[in-house]
Amino acid sequence: MNIEDIKRSENKVYSKPELLNDTPMHYCPGCSHGVVHKLVAEVIKEMGQDNNTIAVAPVGCAVFAYKYIDVDWIEAAHGRAPAVATAAKRLNPERLVFTYQGDGDLAAIGTAETIHAANRGENITIIFINNAIYGMTGGQMAPTTLEGQKTATTPYGRRIDLNGYPLKISDLLAMLPGTCYVTRQTVHTPASVRKAKAAIRKAFENSMAGRGTSVVEVVSTCNSGWKMSPEKSNEWMVENMVPFYPLGDLKNNSEK
Amino acid sequence: MKKEIVAAGFGGQGVLSMGKILAYAGLMDDLEVTWMPSYGPEQRGGTANVTVVLSDQPISSPVLDTYDTAVILNQQSLDKFESKIKPGGVLIYDPYGIHRKPTRTDITIYPVEAMEASIELKNAKTYNMIILGALLKVNPVVDIESVMRGLKKALPERHHHLLPANREAIMRGMELVKE
Amino acid sequence: MKGNEAIAHAAIRYGVDGYFGYPITPQSEVLETLEALMPWETTGMTVLQAESEVASINMVYGGAATGKAVMTSSSSPGISLMQEGMSYIAASELPALVINVMRGGPGLGTIHPSQSDYFQATKGGGHGDYHYIVLAPATVQEMADFVGLGFDLAFKYRTPALLLADGIVGQMMEKVVLPPQRPRRTPEQIKEQCPWAATGGSAGRKPNIITSLELDSAQMEKNNERFQRTYRLIEQNEVRYQEYFTDDAEYLLVAFGSIARICLKAIEDARARGIKIGLLRPITLWPYPYEAIARMADRVKGILVVELNAGQMIEDVRLAVEGRVPVRHYGRMGGIVPNPAEILDSFESQFNL
Repeated sequence: MNIEDIKRSENKVYSKPELLNDTPMHYCPGCSHGVVHKLVAEVIKEMGQDNNTIAVAPVGCAVFAYKYIDVDWIEAAHGRAPAVATAAKRLNPERLVFTYQGDGDLAAIGTAETIHAANRGENITIIFINNAIYGMTGGQMAPTTLEGQKTATTPYGRRIDLNGYPLKISDLLAMLPGTCYVTRQTVHTPASVRKAKAAIRKAFENSMAGRGTSVVEVVSTCNSGWKMSPEKSNEWMVENMVPFYPLGDLKNNSEK
Repeated sequence: MKKEIVAAGFGGQGVLSMGKILAYAGLMDDLEVTWMPSYGPEQRGGTANVTVVLSDQPISSPVLDTYDTAVILNQQSLDKFESKIKPGGVLIYDPYGIHRKPTRTDITIYPVEAMEASIELKNAKTYNMIILGALLKVNPVVDIESVMRGLKKALPERHHHLLPANREAIMRGMELVKE
Repeated sequence: MKGNEAIAHAAIRYGVDGYFGYPITPQSEVLETLEALMPWETTGMTVLQAESEVASINMVYGGAATGKAVMTSSSSPGISLMQEGMSYIAASELPALVINVMRGGPGLGTIHPSQSDYFQATKGGGHGDYHYIVLAPATVQEMADFVGLGFDLAFKYRTPALLLADGIVGQMMEKVVLPPQRPRRTPEQIKEQCPWAATGGSAGRKPNIITSLELDSAQMEKNNERFQRTYRLIEQNEVRYQEYFTDDAEYLLVAFGSIARICLKAIEDARARGIKIGLLRPITLWPYPYEAIARMADRVKGILVVELNAGQMIEDVRLAVEGRVPVRHYGRMGGIVPNPAEILDSFESQFNL
């Protein structure tokens, strides 16, 4: 049997999402970003929004997100993605507008923009990757770093008396009347990936229906920053992250 | 024709809005105008002043060091502006609360008992219009009908029923000027 | 009307798509007037009070990235907060209009008029090699006119424009003829004028990406060279200034914005006494009218630069004059505005007249 016989379409069991291009990703092997990028690309295409989307990239590991998903992108200054998205959506209300941000971008330097965009009920989706660490700059403490967690700037573990508490920003956002949907997901098993995809779809549908701000937090791994193998990272996440950041919908007014 | 006017008093006495109405009236009369206020917290309770220039030629500076006419409503303003009136110029002031009277002899001085008149009219809000009436009597730079049109423009529509009271106050101010 | 109000009216009439701002004295009337006029009901213009100046400028960045005509306004401390975003907008080659109605600094300073943000405005207040086209209005009429001029230049060169006003021209009222109402551009017109914009309507073209990030140094140098080519072109084409009484002038005053008008009154008073002074008022502070000042330097005995700061624009005047005639400075700070007599006194004492 030669290779061309195998490459026939009836034998095809999986293909990469159409909107995900061939640019090699800079993400570390085992990183959750790649999976979430794939889901975002799939959902945009399945919703028929591929020529109707403005995406806003953060500063952080996902700074180059615009290189991988073939829609129009705006690269925002650190933390300012929700402000950028606010204007993009208000001036182009027919478009699907979403931000893609990490924990440092969204929950530290950009807390004000995040809370105020959500409180205004901007019709945008915020995809929030929470890996409890600053990945891009080399593994420093994030606002979501767990108590006792070792990072480059908490080498002996995060101490509450020195560094304060890990910030459950999604819980805070769920309290705001401007948000219609706040959910916390993971992408570490096939089942969780399917759930996360459904959540992203629901969020994007809310944005297009003008229901307010949707937030999809993805509790993620950073095996480089955590200094573990990808497999060990998944275990560590389930044992340590998930109990503190419980999964599921924090708020769901999607059908209102 | 060019008139350089300063009006000064306590914040709340209405000098800024009086200046505004004068400027609007100048616009109605097709004059060039500038209206330059002191602004900020001092509008609320401190001393406020406004410079209004009316001219048939383009106006250079909205900020001046000497004035043709000064309209003075409190002691601090009198102390500040009396010396800045051009020789031969005009000082109009309300003697109410003034304990140190103006002393210049090279200008024409008109005391106008506007506060008393305002109490008589039982309408404190038109106090600044009494002053404006006095100013217009001494310095007929703009037409009274233009002032009324300016006032109509400056006042929100819900306050247009107050226009007759304002006209009455202006007339009263005119009567108060004694040669 | 007030200068600040004129900006709001002119913005609506120009067909601006969005205004994003945060209140600060002495320019809050811009946002107040826009909210009162409710342009979203008429032209469809978006007006939003943001949570901070930082958010405002990033909203401007986001709106401009989609090809829309967007603007913000603030005063000195707020403009300092915007510097990061202003650098991003310049680096992403986006057209936008930023208005600074200057107040006295440094720090929280005073709410009274000042021109102490000249360096920040003309020398690049944020990080990196970039320029904004800087327009300095002296009248309420120019406050209105420069909104349109600023946007026209910004879109022509794909570079942001800054309107550098001060508390005097923001707060004073005078006669103004507003521009005629223009419709906002249609999506088709934006597509034609801004083929680079991240409009989201990407059918039939490659995705548009607005970013200032480039980690390849060779490419980043090329980007910088492209910015610089644009800046040279602007320097060639867009220098604007106005001369008054310069034909027979023996001395020259150089001043920008509303201070130029106070200088003009001082000159009128001086000429009444037989002292022949002229005035050169730069209208564009970047690009700067170096050549016009150099020409005057060959004809006058001395130059006095009058500013509401400790001596900022004087550096550009000296660059133009190259030591040919004495260049002196008269500056007031902290919100103090000199009157014509004080300017004349300073002139006479500094030139021993």
